Amino acid sequence: MEIAVCVKRVPMVGGKIVVTADGQDVDTRMSGFTVSPHEECAVEEAVRLVERHGGSVTVLTLGPPAAADQLRDMLSLGASRAVLLETDGREWGPIATAEAIVAQVTGAATDPAASPDPALPGPAVCPDPALPDPAASPAPALSDPAASPEPALPYDLLLFGNEAADTGDYQVPVRVAHALGLPCVTGIKNLEVTDAGARAKREYRGTEEVFDIPLPAVVSVKEGINLPRYPSLPGRLRAKRATIETRAPQWRADGLTKTGLRVPAGESKRAEILGNGADAVPALVALLDELGILS
Amino acid sequence: MSTMSDTPNRASAVIIGAGIVGNSLAYHLARLGWRELVLVDKGPMPNPGGSTGHASNFIFPIEYSKMMMELTADSTEQYEELGVFTQSGGIEVARTEARMQELRRRCTQAKAWQIPAQMISPAEVAKLVPYLDESVILGGAHFPTVGVVDSLRAGTLMRESAMQLGALTVLAGAEVLGIDTDDAGRVSAVRTTKGDIETSVCAICCGVWAPRIARMAGARIPLTPIVHQMISVGPIPLFADTPGEISYPIVRDVDTNMYERQHGGDMEVGSYAHRPIIVAPDDIPSIEEAALSPTEMPFTQDDFDPQLMQALELMPDLLGDERVGIRYAINGLISMTPDGHPLIGETPEVPGLWSVAASWIKEGPGIGRAAAEWMSGGAPEIDIHEADISRFYGHQRTTAHVIARAREGFNKMYGIVHPAEQWESGRPVRLSPVYDRERDLGAVFIETAGWERPNWYASNDVLLERYAGRLMERGAEWESRWWSPIINAEHLAMRDACGLVDLSAFAVFDIVGPGALAAVQSVAVAQLDVRVGRVIYTSLLDERGGFRGDLTIMRLGPQRFRVVTGGATGMMDVKWFADHLSEGGPGGGQAVIADQTSAWTTLGLWGPRARDVLSSVTPADMSHDGFKFGTCREIELGGVTVLASRISYVGELGWELYAPIEEGRRVWDTVWEAGQPHGLVPVGIGVYGTTGRLEKGYRAYGAELDGSYDLVEAGMTRPKVKEQEFLGKDAYLAQRSSPPCALLCTLTVDDHRSASGQLRYMLGGEPILTAAGEALVDAKGRPSYVTSAGSGPSVGKHLLMAYLPAEHAVEGNRLAVEYLGEQYPVTVAVAGSAPLFDPENDRVRS
Repeated sequence: MEIAVCVKRVPMVGGKIVVTADGQDVDTRMSGFTVSPHEECAVEEAVRLVERHGGSVTVLTLGPPAAADQLRDMLSLGASRAVLLETDGREWGPIATAEAIVAQVTGAATDPAASPDPALPGPAVCPDPALPDPAASPAPALSDPAASPEPALPYDLLLFGNEAADTGDYQVPVRVAHALGLPCVTGIKNLEVTDAGARAKREYRGTEEVFDIPLPAVVSVKEGINLPRYPSLPGRLRAKRATIETRAPQWRADGLTKTGLRVPAGESKRAEILGNGADAVPALVALLDELGILS
Repeated sequence: MSTMSDTPNRASAVIIGAGIVGNSLAYHLARLGWRELVLVDKGPMPNPGGSTGHASNFIFPIEYSKMMMELTADSTEQYEELGVFTQSGGIEVARTEARMQELRRRCTQAKAWQIPAQMISPAEVAKLVPYLDESVILGGAHFPTVGVVDSLRAGTLMRESAMQLGALTVLAGAEVLGIDTDDAGRVSAVRTTKGDIETSVCAICCGVWAPRIARMAGARIPLTPIVHQMISVGPIPLFADTPGEISYPIVRDVDTNMYERQHGGDMEVGSYAHRPIIVAPDDIPSIEEAALSPTEMPFTQDDFDPQLMQALELMPDLLGDERVGIRYAINGLISMTPDGHPLIGETPEVPGLWSVAASWIKEGPGIGRAAAEWMSGGAPEIDIHEADISRFYGHQRTTAHVIARAREGFNKMYGIVHPAEQWESGRPVRLSPVYDRERDLGAVFIETAGWERPNWYASNDVLLERYAGRLMERGAEWESRWWSPIINAEHLAMRDACGLVDLSAFAVFDIVGPGALAAVQSVAVAQLDVRVGRVIYTSLLDERGGFRGDLTIMRLGPQRFRVVTGGATGMMDVKWFADHLSEGGPGGGQAVIADQTSAWTTLGLWGPRARDVLSSVTPADMSHDGFKFGTCREIELGGVTVLASRISYVGELGWELYAPIEEGRRVWDTVWEAGQPHGLVPVGIGVYGTTGRLEKGYRAYGAELDGSYDLVEAGMTRPKVKEQEFLGKDAYLAQRSSPPCALLCTLTVDDHRSASGQLRYMLGGEPILTAAGEALVDAKGRPSYVTSAGSGPSVGKHLLMAYLPAEHAVEGNRLAVEYLGEQYPVTVAVAGSAPLFDPENDRVRS
């Protein structure tokens, strides 16, 4: 099966987040970058699925040139193709992001740097034969659904993280599904491929919801669906040598415009020591009672 | 569990930083009787987030530096006593022939320090480390006593031990905001986020943050944080069933600047191969900002990728297993100093403010102990003068210098570093007034204390023909580095006619005032109450009677003494004297010290024709009776007033000439002109520092003379000891009262021929063995090793100095020296300090 996973490059922060002097961005001078945690689990899930059922995983990101690092990290987990929708570092809103993703996965990209670099031959990086040549087929007009049939989608599954760790819009998977006319389930903690398509499960208020969906479909997953593997040394070296296909989608204004970032006044966390050893028991019992745990 | 303490109002000492060093310092101070100690760290116990927290924690005992070797040995003992040391063995592997020679050199050095070591074949390496691909290596050096430690646990045990003695309060989560000083400039308080603590002693043990903290008090600690990458890879199937933390030897893949060590189920792979990545102390993240800890910074993948390939090459199956993942990867922060040695001692700028910084795990406990001993008013048992923070000159304390040298030194961490290796970055800085003249004469410069000094002069190659056959040429590449037969030609030409030497790198300082005599008298072994115009050569001792310095002092006036010492120790000597001028000291606060290094330039003129040359340019009486040996006076020389001092470190007739620095070039030109008809040649440090003095048996501080030996053993006693008190007198008198268990000797090499027929020349540090190849160890447990080595062109022999156990210190005794893994026969030529060349000192006193 062919799976595309969308990931985002986000700052890897500690407990305290620092905002730049102009109040516009997170200060990343002292932090590294990583793939958003839900998404890393999405890639791991995709790799496990193709290990079980065959096929390949394409990982895709919309981000600055440095986001190639995150793509290589995901290649080293077992994805075999990587596509960078390169931005100038400016932030993209969820509407424009979804549009760019749709254009990419349907092969309908109309940007000037359209022709993909051929991927290097090798065991872990295979060119995607299912992807139509953008020069061969006309780009369908996404804004006019009546004008043409649904665009060709070379993937059985489009996976996303439930929300990006930094912006947390929760929208991109839903917008992509809507544009492609695909079923969409979010917040998934368990995913299996079945004869009829896929079975996705999630938790909701103490109960488990089960969805049986046909493929192709859009699924957004949550951290905890699996424990992502660590890259092996050979995996890392293969990823380093792999070619990343690059496109340059056009930025456009989105529904929301960021005016700035503000770190809320800290609620200082307090740890209260209830006591030492057996002396702590009365206070502990009172606390458990207060929490409603004691019957 | 850390004690939630109220902040004490005052402390006997505040220790900043609870890593391995701070914990060790607290423990040793407590052990030495200190109470009311306070240990402060902005992080939590037991791992406040400094370099100790992510250290790779292994200890290789082998070092070229005696100090580092001793600190490592002491630390290992302490770790063993604490029950946190696990022996694993360690192997340095070679991928190149050059490295094979270096491993042989290391094994030979290990022998000199009595550290177990053997060269082993690739097959033998593979037997010990089955996952290593032996086809990648040419061989290895096996050090069986290598081990790993739990440094966090060690620190915790030491800290708790001090607390159990009731000596220590620990303030975790307290960030230092400032260090106050009183009107006298002495530490008076440490201010923290948990309150202020009055104290007159503060020790900065916080590694990468040290420069920041020191700045709060107006002091400089010259280190820089620098990145050292490491990853941890696992789970390794082979390690799944091994007990404990480590079962396989640690591998140092030195040609790739990497190491691999087992850590439980993982393999930790570290690298010193990447580009040097400097992080300014102010850019270290706070605990809240850091994803892991402040010194575990985000990993920069690209910098490590070449190392992944090299590690895979060496351990293909183990590390190439697809099931084995990179589970941890950091750009770890460690401290680096300009010369690679730690920074210990009271800061020169702020009395009461101590630096105990830039330590590896493998020296941590030892450094804590040495610092505690020093802070308690005594000399540390281990001679740590190479780590003395007061050693730096102004330019060496600059951030630019620190960073440039750290960058240069980083990739040499596992490099093949020649004993005479020169730094390149940041040069030139200190230029003598005759630098231009030297350069025009083809000087090949080396650097000492920032000064550019001619090692030899290329223009002297015309002498090679004259002295052909006596040059003791070196065919092997290793000992020819930073050396030239021209050195030996200059030496012979100086002894035949005369040589002109630029000694501007000397540190010169005056001690002036009514208390000056008392002050110098109290630290010098020699009698200083002498006539004005006398030049005294004297040792300085510590209270145990070990060497602390070796220099000359000129009495220029009833209340003025001029101290002249080598550039390398100049700043330390200044501090030593300054500390003895204080109010409560022998000088009674009645003397001041004035650094004159940048006011005077020093030239030396020595050789049989020296008097002829000088007489032609000065009206002064330079005759033997008119200007006696060991005296100094002002003379007119070519229109300049020059202080001439008749002493000689090369063992020839001649003078040191001190001129105001701006007039130094004129003096050089005057003497140069006058010297041409007499065969004057320019002479470099190759002669002044080595060949001249070895032939005369003159000792050098830092080589023969250090804290572990005394005057009796060094063969430097005088008939009488002065009646005045001086530091080390009691110990010295006790030493004189019985025969020494070791004696400093000069040995000659009888046969230089190696097994392959090449002539080899030792460079220093090699072990002296019995003729049968067995170790020589004296009654105090000190092994014999070469303290200095070099050509003796006038005696036609390669000369070695070494302390020998008393029973072996007999002239004519036949022994052996091991060099690069092979043994060569040597003979004791002199037992004691009698000169080999001109034993009656006729030349000097002519």
